[in-house]
Amino acid sequence: MSAPAPSVRPPRPEFRNIHAFKDLPSYRLPLAGIVSILHRISGALMFLLMPFIIWMFDTSISSEISFARFKSVFNQGADPMPGWFVKLVALALMWAFLHHLIAGIRHLWMDMRHAVSKEFGRSSAIWTLTLSMGLTLALGAKLFGLY
Amino acid sequence: MAVNFGSKRIVTGAHYGLRDWLAQRVTALLMALFTLLIVLRLVFSRGPVGYDLWAGIFSAQWMKTLTFTVILALLYHAWVGMRDIWMDYIKPVGPRLALQVFSIVWLVGCAGWAIQVLWRV
Repeated sequence: MSAPAPSVRPPRPEFRNIHAFKDLPSYRLPLAGIVSILHRISGALMFLLMPFIIWMFDTSISSEISFARFKSVFNQGADPMPGWFVKLVALALMWAFLHHLIAGIRHLWMDMRHAVSKEFGRSSAIWTLTLSMGLTLALGAKLFGLY
Repeated sequence: MAVNFGSKRIVTGAHYGLRDWLAQRVTALLMALFTLLIVLRLVFSRGPVGYDLWAGIFSAQWMKTLTFTVILALLYHAWVGMRDIWMDYIKPVGPRLALQVFSIVWLVGCAGWAIQVLWRV
């Protein structure tokens, strides 16, 4: 019986408890993992910005006067905040919503089709990231008046 | 792994079962279909998207009832999601309970405001 060939490569790092500052920068997350953590971050962002979302619903729908104010806040800004900053926050919300929606549909699809394979995890993660970023860029260009 | 089920359930835990898993998916589906409905009504509208069109979408009683249901679905969906975040990252029971209470107050307050706006249209 021959001895196993000596390993040339250095031993792989082991992660038992992941330390946010020591381990995360060097931790190589697969694409499906990136979609997963972004799903969580986008959800938390929408939770925190919920008053802004309802403020938009309120001013855009209550009356024609408030609708005009809604438009002016986005175009001219409101006292401390310039208009571009309001648009930037809205853009962040649009990304959060699109990513959360598409990653959620991916979840439902996996639940229904039992499509839990490494390949599908990766390819659907690529689709999710591409679609959410693409739609955010397209709608963001509209928001900032590029077309 | 510490035992946290059966008689060892912790006060800031979840419901240890299928209910929240299913609720998260049912509420998600409802909100996704609602989004589709709004997008379709905007896409198949005539003329510029101004106040009349936007407010008109929410003026019908059936749309108010549906939107009301979606607000409640969002409330529950966001609660389950935020509770998961607190349960994953905040381990001591005291701070976790405080954050869970904050989440409920935040979400119920937001839902109340949104419902008030809805019936103002």
